[in-house]
Amino acid sequence: MGKLLAVVLVLIAVGSAIPILMHTWWMPEDISTHGHMIDRQMSETMAESGIAFVAAQLVLAAFVAMFGDKKDGRKAKHLPGGAKLVVIAAIALVGTEVLALGVFGKDAWAEVYFRKPVADAIPIQVQAEQFGFYFRYAGPDGKFGPMHPEKIDEGSQNFFGLDPEHDVESRDDIVSASLVIPMNKEISLMMHAKDVGHSFYVRELRIQQDFVPGLDIPMHFTATKAGKYEIVCTQLCGLGHYNMRAFLEVKSPEEFDQWLKQQSQ
Amino acid sequence: MQVVKVCTTLVAALSIAAIVTAAPGGGTVTGKVTYTGTPVKPKPIDMSKEPSCVKQHATPEMTETVVTGPGNTLENVVVYISAGAPAESNASSAATFDQKGCHYQPHVLAFEVNQELKITNSDQTSHNIHPLAKVNQEWNKSQPPGTPPLTAKYEKPEFISVKCNIHPWMHGYFAVLGTSHYAVSDGSGEFKLPNLPPGKYTLTAWQESYGTQTQEVTISGNETKTVNFTFTAKPY
Repeated sequence: MGKLLAVVLVLIAVGSAIPILMHTWWMPEDISTHGHMIDRQMSETMAESGIAFVAAQLVLAAFVAMFGDKKDGRKAKHLPGGAKLVVIAAIALVGTEVLALGVFGKDAWAEVYFRKPVADAIPIQVQAEQFGFYFRYAGPDGKFGPMHPEKIDEGSQNFFGLDPEHDVESRDDIVSASLVIPMNKEISLMMHAKDVGHSFYVRELRIQQDFVPGLDIPMHFTATKAGKYEIVCTQLCGLGHYNMRAFLEVKSPEEFDQWLKQQSQ
Repeated sequence: MQVVKVCTTLVAALSIAAIVTAAPGGGTVTGKVTYTGTPVKPKPIDMSKEPSCVKQHATPEMTETVVTGPGNTLENVVVYISAGAPAESNASSAATFDQKGCHYQPHVLAFEVNQELKITNSDQTSHNIHPLAKVNQEWNKSQPPGTPPLTAKYEKPEFISVKCNIHPWMHGYFAVLGTSHYAVSDGSGEFKLPNLPPGKYTLTAWQESYGTQTQEVTISGNETKTVNFTFTAKPY
């Protein structure tokens, strides 16, 4: 019986490692300049925890096979000090592992969160609300008009609470339900939530960032491949959460300029 | 047997007589609602997150805060008797508000206090209808596709802004009125209030962006009077 259990343990360990080693369910295509760092970090984490997992299962299987069926009346020996030593060892081991992953991943983190966007990055504001995303471009004058929360009115498509009657800068602002961007150009998002917490997740961009009501959260990225990708909310935000999404359209610079012109009319 | 027949005939004759007496006669107010100035330009609505709704519109649906017609006319203006009319109710059938193509039809629905309101969902997606009542009781209800119509009633007169909690762009109005004499201006800005008994009335016109205007009108006999309303439009 002990031998059979050992075989099952080995099969489970090897069976779960195979699809991961073969990249059977792997990550979607990466279309961002920083994505490869995230992917490498994911791979390193997977390798480290995978090796530890498989090794632990194999050691367990070996012990089960060697000692599982012995009924010779011998008493089990324990490490001195009881559970305390094991707990300390576990904390030290896991702590070292987490710290090591942090050190290896610092470049990816810094690229996304510590580096400021380049000076000529395109600024775009994002308004997340139950249940949609809206995007604002500064328009030809390059300036965003101020937001007046009391003027927010979805019925007239005033998602950002603009007051073009009094604010000249607001008059040429472009508001869109899709995030349209040129490829190979840095985008600087300023994220803002109208009501509750939401999240901005684009798998292909390797970006997942929460919106927090009351905070302006900056985020920057560069997309490298034209196409249409889905932006979804990954923070349960209410009844229509399942339906809260928008599209990211990455275009060539010429197509993007043309789109901007069309929107300004 | 003979007695029953006579009685039936008598009842039938009396009913007809009653209908004739109650049959609405009286005067009529007609008119046109127009604007001066430049109204706000309608903006196209991006419904791309709801593909089943996008498919139902050949060209994008436009915002309807101000809907204009030929000759500077205004559609969706509620014109009603706000004072002078007896408080009677003529509503026998329910007022219907439909959600079709992620859009409210009609954009402005006028009905009477305590009249039944029937809300239908003709879409393949869920809607959550949320009338933002302030005077009446506020509520919001979910309506998945294929579910039976929702019904509701309002007890007090109020203009209620209606939104969908799932599709932020969906917007409309309930005009709950304390009178049975009302009309909503059509595509050419015209309205007609028939069957007005003789009397002096206050006529009110309400537009969702421009507010209300009132005019006095006196009706005698079966005459038809023309009352026009003009709103001042703003470009923003």
